Amino acid sequence: MKTSAARAVRKRKNSKEPTWELRLYVAGQTAKSLQAFANLKRICEEHLGGRYQIEVVDLMKNPELAKGDQIFALPTLVRKLPEPVRKIIGDLSNTERVLVGLDLRPRARGIS
Amino acid sequence: MAMAKKSKLPMGGISKCPTGIQGLDEVTFGGLPRGRPTLVCGGAGCGKTLLGMEFLVRGATQYNEPGVCVSFEETGEELAQNMRSLGFDVNALISQKKLAIDYVHIDRSLVEETGEYDLEALFVRLGQAVDSIGAKRVVLDSIESLFASLANEAILRSELRRLFRWLKDKKLTAVVTGERSEGRLTRHGLEEYISDCVILLDHRVTGTVFTRRLRVVKYRGSTHGTNDYPFLIDEDGISVLPVTSIDLKHAASDERISTGIPALDCMLGGKGYFRGSSILVSGTAGTGKTSVAAHFADAACARGERCIMFSFEESADQVTRNMRSIGINLGRWINKGLLQFHAVRPTTFGLEMHLAKMHKIIRNFDPSIVVVDPMTGRLVDSGTQAETRSMLLRLIDFLKQKQITALMTTLTGGAAAQEQTEVNIASLVDTWLLLRDIESGGERNRILNILKSRGAAHSNQIREFLLTNHGVELRNVYLGETGLLTGSARVAREAKDASQALLAKQEIETKQRALDRKRKAIEAQMDVLRLELETQEEESRRFIAEEQMKLKKWQQDQGEMAKSRALNQGTRAGNAKSARAGEDRR
Repeated sequence: MKTSAARAVRKRKNSKEPTWELRLYVAGQTAKSLQAFANLKRICEEHLGGRYQIEVVDLMKNPELAKGDQIFALPTLVRKLPEPVRKIIGDLSNTERVLVGLDLRPRARGIS
Repeated sequence: MAMAKKSKLPMGGISKCPTGIQGLDEVTFGGLPRGRPTLVCGGAGCGKTLLGMEFLVRGATQYNEPGVCVSFEETGEELAQNMRSLGFDVNALISQKKLAIDYVHIDRSLVEETGEYDLEALFVRLGQAVDSIGAKRVVLDSIESLFASLANEAILRSELRRLFRWLKDKKLTAVVTGERSEGRLTRHGLEEYISDCVILLDHRVTGTVFTRRLRVVKYRGSTHGTNDYPFLIDEDGISVLPVTSIDLKHAASDERISTGIPALDCMLGGKGYFRGSSILVSGTAGTGKTSVAAHFADAACARGERCIMFSFEESADQVTRNMRSIGINLGRWINKGLLQFHAVRPTTFGLEMHLAKMHKIIRNFDPSIVVVDPMTGRLVDSGTQAETRSMLLRLIDFLKQKQITALMTTLTGGAAAQEQTEVNIASLVDTWLLLRDIESGGERNRILNILKSRGAAHSNQIREFLLTNHGVELRNVYLGETGLLTGSARVAREAKDASQALLAKQEIETKQRALDRKRKAIEAQMDVLRLELETQEEESRRFIAEEQMKLKKWQQDQGEMAKSRALNQGTRAGNAKSARAGEDRR
């Protein structure tokens, strides 16, 4: 995995569908961040079919960026688009929860 | 390392970081533990955030220690607004890079948790803020809100432990706030992680009066005051009111200052009160307590000393007007800036708030005389007796330490024992003047006596206390067969005495005059008699002289006749002589 603020992974198949803008905040190449990135990529491929872009922000390099998106935990995935902004913290190992967090699955009762 | 600073520490213990908050550094003997986190806990609205912010602002402005506030509850702008109302310009400090505020907003409804995570981003943000201004102080307000936002408590706890370790490693002096809950200091047990210093804030409502309190629950490696200290939040931030002296070691001055009433000075050994002593003037309603106080203040200002009058019953205008009626012009001293008036209703705040305010006013004005009128009365309504007494003790100690002479008045109820004050503060004061009413002969009259005056000779006599248009006057009371006479009874008695004296004087004069007359009469008689005697004498003398003349003449005649006879008829002379002798015999 390559991490840099401007580094983006872009995949586009169908321009008619809305593009998902995702931002993954990490701090250095820790096991958790690598895990999160891998999980995210897998979920996106499976459920978004290439209509997404992922921006990885390394707070070790750009600590001032943490404030803007109100990041307090790492790793944090921020869904910038489509609105509303959603945040998922953790290594994204629970796919169901990630899908719920991204509003790709309706929220089950009793959770959150 | 500043040695001077170190030597000030008690017992050579841990290094301390002065908060700059009024009174808190006294309670903690120097400040918060430097380089360690301090937990400030308390219920909602007890001033935790303010204490933290003031710690930062004072650090930045007074000790050149920039600070960072990580706020979990309020935005930077909200904090700045709140602090502005307390006289702190947070935005200016931020632009001067002396203060940084980072608002961490967590909306739980927008956050999903999946799998492992840590709070490294918080560390990153905090570290970035600290580095950007070279911060020495940190406030986390209130980190406990993370517990509400995050479901995984295990992660949170381990991360908090790491956070406090991190703060210590960075040698940051931190204030961490926590919400108090039943039975424990903080809702989520923050005290487990922060054990160096714990300060508890509390507020209570007694009656209808609200009092804030602060207590240092724990301070590892340092002594600290252990009491509940009242504190207040006003336009200058927080002020904590410590018991100003744990042991009695205030200096005692030998200097005496006038009471402003010459006759009262006389009663107090001719010199007046001791400087720096506390004087209690107690009495029932309308016995002239305020007048005694006003005299004292007037005399102090006339000497050029500064004086503060705390009035809890009358406004400044009212007191000056009333005192003008007895010839004391307090207005001129107010205009000159020597006299300050602070009139406020006692029920406006709690007792502690009053005393805290008084502390502050006294500190700012630095007077040599303080008058509290009245010390009790409505003022004690705001606390229990024990509380009141302890607060008064604090005030008196504070004044004594500052060598301020304090005159307090206290109202004794008509039914209560005269020589007992409402809160038994008598043992705290040095000089106690008792003013009383005596009702007799259809009038009430005021009398004054000195119940005690520590370390000074004082009169044991009761004086009648008069309010005249040129001030207070003291008169000797009249002790007659019927007891104490005051007022018109005294006047009547005095008049009676005067008339009796007059009568006696008149009698003496009459006797004197009578004697004079007698003497004159007798002398006149004597003159007459002498005159008579002289007349008789003269007559007798004249008669004698005449007779002697006659006799002489006769003898002359006889001689001449004899001569002539002897010349003419010698025999006839004998006949003639016998004939003449016969004539004499007839």
